[in-house]
Amino acid sequence: MNALTELKEGLSISWAAIRANKMRSVLTTLGIVIGIVTVTLMGTAIEGLNLAFLKSISSLGADVFYVSRFSWVNTTHEDWHRQQKRRLIRLADIEALASQLTQAAAVAPTAEDDATLKYKNRSSSGVTILGTTEAYLLTSGVGVSQGRFLSVPDAAGGRPVCVIGSEVATNLFRQEPPLGAHIKIGNQTMEVIGVMEKRGSFLGMFSLDNRVIIPLKQFTTAIWSNPDIGIEVKARGLVQLDEAREELRQVMRRVRHLEPNQPDDFAINQQDQFVEMFNRVAGTIAVIGLFVTGLSLFVGGIGIMNIMFVSVAERTREIGIRKAIGAKRRTILLQFLMEAACICLIGGLIALAIAWPLTLVVQRFLPATMSLTVVGIALLVSLVTGVVSGFLPAWRAARMNPVDALRSE
Amino acid sequence: MSLIRFQNISRRYQMGGETVHALRDVSLEIQRGEYVAIMGPSGSGKSTMMNLIGCLDTATSGRYELNGTNVSEMDDNQLAEVRNREIGFVFQTFNLLPRSNALHNVELPLIYAGIPAAERRKIALAAISQVGLADRMHHKPNELSGGQRQRVAVARALVNKPSILLADEPTGNLDSKTGAEIMALFEDLSRAGNTIIVVTHEEDIARQSRRIIRLRDGLIASDEKLAESRESRVEGQKAKADERMAQALDSSAP
Repeated sequence: MNALTELKEGLSISWAAIRANKMRSVLTTLGIVIGIVTVTLMGTAIEGLNLAFLKSISSLGADVFYVSRFSWVNTTHEDWHRQQKRRLIRLADIEALASQLTQAAAVAPTAEDDATLKYKNRSSSGVTILGTTEAYLLTSGVGVSQGRFLSVPDAAGGRPVCVIGSEVATNLFRQEPPLGAHIKIGNQTMEVIGVMEKRGSFLGMFSLDNRVIIPLKQFTTAIWSNPDIGIEVKARGLVQLDEAREELRQVMRRVRHLEPNQPDDFAINQQDQFVEMFNRVAGTIAVIGLFVTGLSLFVGGIGIMNIMFVSVAERTREIGIRKAIGAKRRTILLQFLMEAACICLIGGLIALAIAWPLTLVVQRFLPATMSLTVVGIALLVSLVTGVVSGFLPAWRAARMNPVDALRSE
Repeated sequence: MSLIRFQNISRRYQMGGETVHALRDVSLEIQRGEYVAIMGPSGSGKSTMMNLIGCLDTATSGRYELNGTNVSEMDDNQLAEVRNREIGFVFQTFNLLPRSNALHNVELPLIYAGIPAAERRKIALAAISQVGLADRMHHKPNELSGGQRQRVAVARALVNKPSILLADEPTGNLDSKTGAEIMALFEDLSRAGNTIIVVTHEEDIARQSRRIIRLRDGLIASDEKLAESRESRVEGQKAKADERMAQALDSSAP
């Protein structure tokens, strides 16, 4: 008997058997449906998490070093405590650094604080004020949608000008044109010279649009005279990133007057570190999540195995008849495997039909979509579940002795 | 060459630590075209013999040649193939697949033989017409009478043109009238050249065959050749009368 006929016959027998026991098939399928729904949703959520992260992380340039007293990746509390005691990075350090670096395209100091903005009778509190120079345009890659960014004279002279984020623009100015307006930051009045493009939030934690950029010299007079300054250094290209990093480290050590035996008293952070850290966390979440949801699928599989054993026992006589008439072991095995696989595949399809609208709900929180990959994997997993859990019962059926099988009631 | 050749066949079972000798060193030959009844009280070994002849079971010792091939050392799958090709079973309880209609039941051996769908349908239709059930072929077994079910079973048994029609108490679940119909069908099949082996405990069923093998305690107690079946005896007598008449006419001729 050729493979195609065998498949066709097996399929029609399985379908008849499933239809003959409707209630039982529905209940058995339910286990698989629940299993596949949870696994699919978990897969979609994990994928969404990754997408959200990648979108956020793109606000950090791949070729930019973020020099600060603190490392982004602190493993212990002691690390953090030690870094807390390091000397502040001063503006003079940065000027010296900028003049000595050969592999850097741009060096921008950054200092941040929260402040309240006032315009006419409106105010906006908790806005991030970022003090920097014109170089920030290069290191951060921000775009300006209206007006202009800080110029060299703005930064050098510490002029009272500011570039505002899109969220600040809507909150403070509503329909009014912001350019040329004067807003109060702390006690200082500054002129709005530009509005930044919308950038979204960073990892859903804080908005990148609710901020105001002012010259660092203005920052030190108006906001905070002795800030903890960070440095953003953009390398000339992605190719010599390691060289650039090493040069940056050496120059930084020289500028900070470190002895050769002293450890670095600063950290050079990169996007990579963030990605690495995220991947570790996301990987753990994925493994645990899929394991837990996989358990429900496993339980569903046990249900299939159980019902297949029942099905085989019930149809012992049928197996005997088929064997007497000339069905081989393989034929019987295939027949029952296909029955289990059919139940599971139907379960998988139903599960996808349920999971799809649920994905739309998840979409409100994460940029999740039910990708074709997830659909394919879900169907494959349900098929494999069917075959694996159907194997033992099918094997028992295939090995039955026809004489005994025919004698059974 | 004999169609069936048993050489010193024994079959023993283990039953709760006890060894049951179902068949003891039985030798037997059955020729193509014979119509044989196997008789014996329960426990005599007749079911075992049927299972062995039908390749549903294998002997503990001895050699079984079916149609010239040694089947006593075949594995499960090879036996399945032999059953499909050589044996047509008719059971006391019909053993039709309850969820399939009559036609599909008849088609089943052809499916396992790997015959393409279109041809399969044609052959099955012919077989079901042969047993006079063409108008009921789309009915499921529970929509058919006992006699009709057994006819479907006979059609299924014959559809692959097997060497042997092997019937186990074929009239056991039928009333005497339907039973007689089935036996008449067997008679026709026998006349058409089919080899038929009927396992039964009913004397008058056995009497309709041409040879009765009686088993007792796993041994062949007697192997009796009947001259001819009842009908053929009647027909034979008629033929002889015709012959005598012809001779008489011949001799009286000038």
